[in-house]
Amino acid sequence: MLLLKRGGKALLQLRQIYKVFNEGTPDEKIALDHVNLDLKQGDFVTVIGSNGAGKSTLMSVISGKIFPDLGVVKVDGKNVTQVSEHRRASLIGRVFQDPMAGTAPSMTIEENMAIAYGRMKKRGMALGVSKKKRSFFKETLENLHLGLENRLEAKVGLLSGGERQALSLLMATFTEPKILLLDEHTAALDPSRAELVTQLTKEIVEKYGLTTLMVTHNMQQALDLGNRLIMMDQGQVIFEAEEQEKEALSVDKLLAEFQRIRGEKMSSDKAILI
Amino acid sequence: MPTAIFTSVEAGFIYALMALGVYLSFRILDFPDLTVDGSFVTGAAVAAVLIVSGVNPFLATGAALLAGFLAGCITGLLHTKGKINPLLSGILMMIALYSINLRIMGKSNVPLLAEETVITKITDFWKSLGIDDGIQAGLAAIGVSNFIPKTWAVIMIMMLLALVIKFVFDWFFKTDLGLAIRATGDNETMVKSFSADTDFLKIIGLGLSNALVAFSGALIAQYNGFSDAGMGIGMIIIGLASVIIGEAVFGAKNIIRATIAVIGGAILYRIIVSLALRVEFLETGDMKLITACIVVSALIFPKILDKQREKKRRKKRLARAQEKDDAAFEERGQSLAAVKTDL
Repeated sequence: MLLLKRGGKALLQLRQIYKVFNEGTPDEKIALDHVNLDLKQGDFVTVIGSNGAGKSTLMSVISGKIFPDLGVVKVDGKNVTQVSEHRRASLIGRVFQDPMAGTAPSMTIEENMAIAYGRMKKRGMALGVSKKKRSFFKETLENLHLGLENRLEAKVGLLSGGERQALSLLMATFTEPKILLLDEHTAALDPSRAELVTQLTKEIVEKYGLTTLMVTHNMQQALDLGNRLIMMDQGQVIFEAEEQEKEALSVDKLLAEFQRIRGEKMSSDKAILI
Repeated sequence: MPTAIFTSVEAGFIYALMALGVYLSFRILDFPDLTVDGSFVTGAAVAAVLIVSGVNPFLATGAALLAGFLAGCITGLLHTKGKINPLLSGILMMIALYSINLRIMGKSNVPLLAEETVITKITDFWKSLGIDDGIQAGLAAIGVSNFIPKTWAVIMIMMLLALVIKFVFDWFFKTDLGLAIRATGDNETMVKSFSADTDFLKIIGLGLSNALVAFSGALIAQYNGFSDAGMGIGMIIIGLASVIIGEAVFGAKNIIRATIAVIGGAILYRIIVSLALRVEFLETGDMKLITACIVVSALIFPKILDKQREKKRRKKRLARAQEKDDAAFEERGQSLAAVKTDL
């Protein structure tokens, strides 16, 4: 139902993002080459591309881990191009590839939830896990169907990789950030766990109607999830598919498309060289 | 001997505050903060100089606490904003504080014996309550009258103080701010992704840690009756020793348990040192060597014990498996024999 809201204002706007690493050395690499991207409210965009295509750099530029050399990043209409990572994080939820990265292992599940809950507020001297919050956390954790709601006082370090990643996903989303960034968040899990987390991702994004950008290496996953798909190569967005167009795609078609564009590009490069 | 242990426990409660500070930086923030050697003396120096110049000793001790907080914040700033390695920023601050402490005191030693201090004040207050006489009479009644400490004031009040600080400490690390500080030491990337300013949290954490250390320094100066520029040397190792001994002996499942363990560890450390110093050929100058040995053994012994336990467990399992095998073998033998007789 929330999907009906899709198509409202642009929650994420990238304009002419340019980032080069090791400029002026033999290792110079243009990681992002004038990238433009708009995510409207409720958009769920999957990003595919080979290694070094610039997917991770794109994520880092949006999250504020690195600043672009040129270009503008806007979240919910606010220009955040030079805003520090932690300040921007009040608007952006993130799940990392490493299942260990999104949670604090020596703290309990409810304490981790409390930290996630604090995203929107100034952290003060109020009790982190009050009675009221505990029942809210419990209720929220039930959405994972993993039984974590009964293990509120268990240390997160004791959970399996799949459970930790599911918890990370929940923690990144239940405060309903403006944008959700998923950075290959199922890549480090075994197939069945990856399937579970993918399923949860679908449910949660729909439940909260989150505007999502997901990087993945798994083409099938990129096709199964979301309403838009973009393909990156050499720091550029080389292919985009939306709604019906995306639904008509298959892995084979995608690969063919990739080959076609790459082939063309290569021949055009050759033409310049000759 | 009982007197030695009594004073060890007395001092142990005061040093426990310092050990809690070290626990905060080392364990909670995962920041090996060497500022401690300097900030301990800063606390002592500020309190001593203020007391000598006639300031109320409680106020002077409060000022010492603030000075320690400041010193810790500067270490935090050096690390977070100056991007200096944690170890190095602590060492830099420690060295800088040595000179600052000399400046504060104006000389290398400030005696406090003739002054009115927190310790004399609480002793007087305690005496006015008249509890000592009761305890003394009680001790005499059970026949241990040969061991009579001058007063129970210091040990009782310091125990109370250590416990109050422990409870405040436990509570603070359950608040939103405290949780965020703990998470910063646990997984910085994660806390940042939940919109917490980890730089600020580290600075506050180090400030609080050194505030506790300076508080302890101020009380130790008043307890010993002097403040000395060299009294902080090796303090970080003493703090670490207390933390490690406490964790090894009492366990540290969660913060509440860990803080009580650290206090216990600080007292145990004092007792071990005072017992070691009673050994004939050891001298006062050997203190630091003894400390180093205590820390090394506290670090190594639990591991050796674990290994031995593991070995024993494996042996047992092996024996059990063997037994089962034997039984199965026998059974099979019998059934074979049965088959044979059938034939």
